[in-house]
Amino acid sequence: MGKIKLLQGNEACAEGALYAGCTFFAGYPITPSTEVAEYMARRLPQIGGVFLQMEDEIAAMAAVIGGALTGCKSLTATSGPGFSLKQENMGFAMLTEVPCVIVNVMRGGPSTGVPTGPGQSDIMQCKWGTHGDHPAICLTPAYVQEIFSETVRAFNLSEKYRTPVIIAYDEIVGHMRERIEISDPGVLPVVQRPRPACPPAEYLPYDDSKGDVPPMANFFEGYRYHVTGLNHGPDGFPVNASPRIHTDELRLIRKVDSNRADIVKFEEYLLEDAEVAVFAYGVSGRSAKTAVNQVRSEGVKAGLFRPLTIWPFPEEQVAGLSGRVRKIIVPELSLGQIIHEVDRCSKGRCGIEGIHRVDGDPITPAQIVARIKEVM
Amino acid sequence: MAFDYSQYIRGGKLPHIWCPGCTYGIIFKSILRAVDSLKLPKDDIAMVSGIGCASRLPGYVDFNTLHTTHGRALPFATGIKMAKPDKHVLVVSGDGDATAIGGNHFIHACRRNIDLTVLVFNNYIYGMTGGQYSPATPTGHMAATMPYGNVDSPFDIPALAKGAGASFVARGTAFHATALDKLIVDAIQHKGLSVVEIINACPTTHGRRNKFKSPTDMLLWMKDTFMPVAAFEKLPPEKTAGKFPMGVLYRKEGVPEYCKTYYGLVERLKKQGEGRA
Repeated sequence: MGKIKLLQGNEACAEGALYAGCTFFAGYPITPSTEVAEYMARRLPQIGGVFLQMEDEIAAMAAVIGGALTGCKSLTATSGPGFSLKQENMGFAMLTEVPCVIVNVMRGGPSTGVPTGPGQSDIMQCKWGTHGDHPAICLTPAYVQEIFSETVRAFNLSEKYRTPVIIAYDEIVGHMRERIEISDPGVLPVVQRPRPACPPAEYLPYDDSKGDVPPMANFFEGYRYHVTGLNHGPDGFPVNASPRIHTDELRLIRKVDSNRADIVKFEEYLLEDAEVAVFAYGVSGRSAKTAVNQVRSEGVKAGLFRPLTIWPFPEEQVAGLSGRVRKIIVPELSLGQIIHEVDRCSKGRCGIEGIHRVDGDPITPAQIVARIKEVM
Repeated sequence: MAFDYSQYIRGGKLPHIWCPGCTYGIIFKSILRAVDSLKLPKDDIAMVSGIGCASRLPGYVDFNTLHTTHGRALPFATGIKMAKPDKHVLVVSGDGDATAIGGNHFIHACRRNIDLTVLVFNNYIYGMTGGQYSPATPTGHMAATMPYGNVDSPFDIPALAKGAGASFVARGTAFHATALDKLIVDAIQHKGLSVVEIINACPTTHGRRNKFKSPTDMLLWMKDTFMPVAAFEKLPPEKTAGKFPMGVLYRKEGVPEYCKTYYGLVERLKKQGEGRA
């Protein structure tokens, strides 16, 4: 049995990062994510790690990548406008394959929007926020306990696949306090980045000949390689007229896409005999579970599909689900984003209905119950 | 014996991308001579840059090198230095990279007085994109985006650095290359944020629009315009017009360095923790 604590979601995120071995945090104050920074500001100096409050969100993302290049497991946390500002450097980390974790505590938007209310309207930005083609991994925990364990998993995936991983949860889950168990060390797996076994003279930092995730040397370890945001060859130096650009970008996508079985995680709740399914994540997933329980008690065959990995999207699972149910209801705190992914994967096999709300309040179980009854 | 630059240059990476007449090659060599004179191990040096002509320099040198996003070299470098405070982190940046898009990072790195060596290659123009005016372009100069002459006012980069809190500020030029070696050595040795503004020439996108007939003319302009700070300060005010000082313009020892202060805190917390246990 680990330690039992009463923690806020944002605090659980910081605890998860520390459990995973995070020793570097850089951030900038922004509601509703700031508690992650505050917790790390207290804890990291105690363990000899680095805490930096930078001059802006862009700088925080840059510092995180710098820290990660020296071998630190590195974290930043932000919300809405800050997440937008970080996008360019997140793309840099994707192309240069520097592991790091970005927490986005979602609030209402666009612009300053509703800083103190929940939102789920950054979910497409979590995939497409930075320019160009790129891989995306984004996890969507819904409970404080899950924020802890999914933060550990985010670091593991980031190190294993050498790519930034986003954790996206909403303001409600971020600020909610729940009883959680902080696992004892060694209980949850903790993954380290693949390391080069060759001597420095033979090291090619972006060599794809032995697999899609090349081993990563840290700065100051004798490997003295070049890291650039330009498209680059196996040796890390720029290329601009080569089939290499195309094949290397395909590899970046493939290292996530071909490992869906490892990355995609979800909860299926009462779906075995369900005639109607609710597809929901984060706080909307919590409301949906309550709603499903309620209609089940009245004999209605409803179930819940709750993704913990939203990117890569659980395509296969949604495709399968759409062949088994009459309707999929998609409650989301946006005017319609993730519903289009559900629709795309369902290919018309069942009806899709959205429940959308962007007024700073959550979608209630009652709203979902009413919709389930309408469609039955 | 002639200086052997090849020990610091990555095999097969030359020729560089800089245009004929560009002075960046002169600075490149000066940096390598400075590093060599300090006998710094190559493994212990990180060189970080942003975007622009100057920012391509790290690709050629045999250190740990990082070519980042436009304007952001300093926060990347800050992350590296904070994680590995015993290593040497050199930042190479152009005038646009350092003081326009990266201006906020520049003043805050200076304010923190973190032990980074910042080499600002000032060629008065955005060279890589074809000669648009930068925050260093003199008023009245012609530029691709100031076709009627620059109506904007330039930064005084050393004054900016000093005002923001840098504890070592110097200026050198491509013409006075051997003097530059010493400035870079002093900047690396200084414990705190060091800024060296290095005056450069971009004949291709700046000189040819501004009545410099050749790259040599631009070097001769440096020769006539920049004078050692001691001599400059002796000039009566009416004779300083059109002249600029070079050398170490400002140096303050004993200013708390950021990494040292931070890791001092870490040590203090460690002792407190041990006291409790």
